[in-house]
Amino acid sequence: MILFIGMGICLVLLGYFVGAVWLGPDGGTAGVVLAVAIWVILSLVSYFSGDSILLAVSKARPVSHDVHPQLFNVVEEMKIAANLPVMPKVYIIDDPAPNAFATGRKLENCSVAVTAGLLGRLNRDELQGVVAHEMSHIANRDVMLMALAGVMLGGIVIISQVFLRSLWFSSGSSRRFSGGGKGGGQAQMVVAIAAIALAILTPIMARLLYFAISRKREYLADASAARLTRYPEGLASALEKISDSNLDLAPANKATAPMYIVNPLKAKGKRLSDLTSTHPPITERVKILRAMMSGGAGYTDYQEAYFRVKGKGAMIIPGSGLKQGERVEIRKPSVEDKKEPGRKKGMREVGDIMRAVNKYAFLSCACGLKIKVPPDFKKPEIACPRCSRKIEIPIAELAAVAAATEALSPGGPVKEATRAATTAAAAKAAVRAGASPQQVYTRKGKGWESFSCNCGRLIQISPGFQSPNIRCQDCGSIIDIKN
Amino acid sequence: MAFGLILLGIVVLVVLFVIGMYNSLVRLRNQVKNAWSQIDVQLKRRHDLIPNLVETAKGYMRHERETLENITQARSRAMGAGSVGERSQAEGELSGALGRFMLVVENYPDLKANQNFLALQEELTSTENKIGFARQSYNDQVLFYNNKIQMFPSSVVAGMFNFKQEEFFEIEDAAEREVPKVQFS
Repeated sequence: MILFIGMGICLVLLGYFVGAVWLGPDGGTAGVVLAVAIWVILSLVSYFSGDSILLAVSKARPVSHDVHPQLFNVVEEMKIAANLPVMPKVYIIDDPAPNAFATGRKLENCSVAVTAGLLGRLNRDELQGVVAHEMSHIANRDVMLMALAGVMLGGIVIISQVFLRSLWFSSGSSRRFSGGGKGGGQAQMVVAIAAIALAILTPIMARLLYFAISRKREYLADASAARLTRYPEGLASALEKISDSNLDLAPANKATAPMYIVNPLKAKGKRLSDLTSTHPPITERVKILRAMMSGGAGYTDYQEAYFRVKGKGAMIIPGSGLKQGERVEIRKPSVEDKKEPGRKKGMREVGDIMRAVNKYAFLSCACGLKIKVPPDFKKPEIACPRCSRKIEIPIAELAAVAAATEALSPGGPVKEATRAATTAAAAKAAVRAGASPQQVYTRKGKGWESFSCNCGRLIQISPGFQSPNIRCQDCGSIIDIKN
Repeated sequence: MAFGLILLGIVVLVVLFVIGMYNSLVRLRNQVKNAWSQIDVQLKRRHDLIPNLVETAKGYMRHERETLENITQARSRAMGAGSVGERSQAEGELSGALGRFMLVVENYPDLKANQNFLALQEELTSTENKIGFARQSYNDQVLFYNNKIQMFPSSVVAGMFNFKQEEFFEIEDAAEREVPKVQFS
């Protein structure tokens, strides 16, 4: 808060002196008013422009509970822990670099986005830590704060640029610096010099303050996440995993960088964090979180750990957080923590999710291979790449799947399904929706044979199987058996 | 004359302060109530999940009829319980039954490979987490509210308008504290 006020002072000072130079000695106040007015107008503009632009730019795709139940559940858990009024919208970003961000100026209308690369690498506790950190940004109103601070910085830069340019263009004329009152020449010179000095210095000061605010709020979000999850180690090991990956996040730039969990811009050879970086160094964040494990998970514990690690340092937690005086115990890791998803399997699962979101259809071959068919595939059948069996592509299924995944966009209702919700669920749902034609299987011989139902279930019939049809146990549809 | 104006100004300020404090007390109290109802929502969700779970498991666990029966009965008891104390205990027993069930599941690799079951297990884990977080959130809100009531100067306003302290949600069933954890070593 102090830093923010510092930026405000920069703005006000600049406004005062520039006003004094342009409008005469009484123009100072007018200058202040004008500067503040610019800031207010720009803030209102950014407030009403919404966050859909950001989401579109970062290739974020909306997901519902069925597409990725674990992510959705984790977001819902954190929504309950943080006591938010409404569930945030959940998005997956189609990018192999692990990162996450959250936006939302109003608590009722916020979003959380996570990259596919993140989902493939983290286990449940770590994912929970990351989501908690992002949602803490929303709950602590960091988005609003950074937007206001950013606008202030912009305003300062604009005013100082305009002022300096105006000087340069009229540097020949000395009319500005003479007259304007009795004996005011000397004072006018001082004011003018002060204004020029401020115009050069305040943008630099404001920039430094802006990045300092950003870093401080990152620490605060870490503290809030540790407190919400009651498990600082989750976020700590997630940050470690993220920093190990050296992929750059494609659509990020310096403007959108503050909102990600980890600095998405990694210039080779430069120190990852300096005075102009929006995020504190990851090793420090990890150290502080791990230092908490011996104490508790509350705000006071984070503040103590911070002092221990940094040796000195600022108060991260605002007074209102510290005076609650809560004793918060750390919980045990969840059971899944012991099982690390194998990297390949994890990435493949995430690839599947992205394809499901992008309207691919999933077919199961009898040899066990899952075949992923793009939505614009025109032929009526496809040969399995592994065993060369021919599999019919139910065109009606594809269309139904495309329609089902359309419902996942923000306009559609969020389904709270408790039944099976894997990536094949989209195809299964299509089958259940009644779009399936009658399936017929023609026996190839007299021995054991296996084939797949349209819903994905493998069905096997023995040599002694006599009935004219068989019922699929997963979806209930009846398949005719012809000899 | 000026003295009268200053006095008026002070009175106005004090009134504004009191209004502000009253409003935040009301807000905090409503958040406590909301958090309490969230716990109920998650408990109910767990009730809804269980029949599906038992159905899926029945096909694979033919010899574990007792365990499954326990769960179904514990669920009925939890749904029928009346007072807060009764419900708390019944829900604790249900958590215990589910925990034992999860232990038994380890002996049935077929069941563990079933996609349906995996999805249900994720839902169940998540619902247990949500119940925990709902309780945690409730306790947090109670702490904020009680702090506000007890600390000066809002304690004065609280006294004026009769705001009462709320109770924390303690886990009464000792057995529930020891939810069995499955160890993969």
